[in-house]
Amino acid sequence: MVSTQSSNNQILMELSNAMAEAVENASKSTVLVDARRRFPASGIAYSNDLILTADHVVERDDDINIMLPDGSELSASLTGRDPGSDLALLRLQSGNAEKATVASQPARIGQLVLSLGRPNSSGIQASLGIVSAIAGPVRSWRGGLLEQYLRTDAIPYPGFSGGPLVNTAGQILGVNTSGLARGTSLTIPLPLAWQVADTLAKHGHVRRGYLGVRSQPVTISATAQKELHRQQTSGLLLVSVEEDSPAENGGLIVGDIIVAIAGQVVSDPDELLANLVGEVVGNPTLIEILRGGKSLTLTVTIGERP
Amino acid sequence: MAVYLDKTMILAQSMSSLAQGIKSSLVVVHNGRRGAGAGVIWKPGGIIVTNNHVVTNKRVQVNTADEKEYPAKVIAQAPEFDLAILEVEAKDLTVATIADSRGLKVGQMVLAIGHPWGQRAAVTAGIISGLGLVSTPGPNRSVDVIRTDAQLAPGNSGGPLVNLSGGVIGINTMVVGGDLGVAIPSHVVNKFVSEVIRDPEEVLV
Repeated sequence: MVSTQSSNNQILMELSNAMAEAVENASKSTVLVDARRRFPASGIAYSNDLILTADHVVERDDDINIMLPDGSELSASLTGRDPGSDLALLRLQSGNAEKATVASQPARIGQLVLSLGRPNSSGIQASLGIVSAIAGPVRSWRGGLLEQYLRTDAIPYPGFSGGPLVNTAGQILGVNTSGLARGTSLTIPLPLAWQVADTLAKHGHVRRGYLGVRSQPVTISATAQKELHRQQTSGLLLVSVEEDSPAENGGLIVGDIIVAIAGQVVSDPDELLANLVGEVVGNPTLIEILRGGKSLTLTVTIGERP
Repeated sequence: MAVYLDKTMILAQSMSSLAQGIKSSLVVVHNGRRGAGAGVIWKPGGIIVTNNHVVTNKRVQVNTADEKEYPAKVIAQAPEFDLAILEVEAKDLTVATIADSRGLKVGQMVLAIGHPWGQRAAVTAGIISGLGLVSTPGPNRSVDVIRTDAQLAPGNSGGPLVNLSGGVIGINTMVVGGDLGVAIPSHVVNKFVSEVIRDPEEVLV
């Protein structure tokens, strides 16, 4: 009985030690990001000189400071941001961060995970939980579309945004942020987060879509609004359509009024631009229009703006 | 697959036996008003450690795990660490194993035991979330704390935070520096206790 007890406890101890080791390993590439007033947040070393963090914690473009796990403070510049996925990439002006180790297997529901953050200089912080849900796509309240997200029951402590979700080997499964959904923390899964980081590193921004139209906002009549089954007072009248453009190939013609793209209402040019980023680029996308007062939905393969 | 199931069953079992082991050194601290806190039998001679905010009167009642009730005397208070030392007239109390809280690592598993919302000897599990300093209003200015993600609620105050060997690594408290879910490490508690209670042999040396 006594020996059973001790061997029982040994497995528990092994688990505990493994988690402490996972925290220690992952903490080496988890940094402090000081880019907003009063409350620093966390970041992940995407490479030796690039730090991936949450876009919403980078409130200023200059005077960005990074504290590495060894306590050294370095200044960084903003390489690019993608508000749609709430990610931003920072470049260290000097110094060397330890590149994060990524998980080879994607997250699974029920898997033990650790959330890490470095919101202050007193060391790494962590919380334990499991992957509760894998879901998506979801529209973030900042106008982006997230193809997939993870939900965990690990406590998101203040300043954990931009920090990693890791497995029990300390390998990164995703990036935590409380900036995508109000009042809750979501995790951007690894392939997606790394894809955005890669794009930001190469282009400084995320790919933007190209339709090949010129448009101007016009008022939508009450009758036409009934046709749409919603209150939408303005849309975008197409005043020209480029030859052989994604718009022309998708069947859009001059005189059409664009009212929605991929289910998102479009009532001014800014909204059109905001909805021509991310996943729609290069993909067949539903565009709702008014043509001759009737509602019509076309499938247009959005091009990429050079 | 069977191996995995075996291991998870063993994990669950050893978790529950750990929890059982600690309960004998856990007490309920009543202060005559509604609500109660927890306490840990820290040293032989009826020495119990609890949170200072649990002890609003100089005279409090203590209930041990074997359902005995003792009047307790508050013999020392440290508001800045939210600690208090109680003494009861009882010789055969089960003294807790006190572990060294200096070498802890973030990520290690811990159990918190107390009486959250009045639920006697309830156990919650988590990990050490952080190790750091919290500023205090007292002359020491700051105190070491252990942060945990184990759920703590009113009634956990004064109860033990325990490692996987069943050793007490801290006293759970919720009010130091306005920080939620922290424990005062046992090395800080030990220092306070030894300042108040001199062991006889120490005096003789």
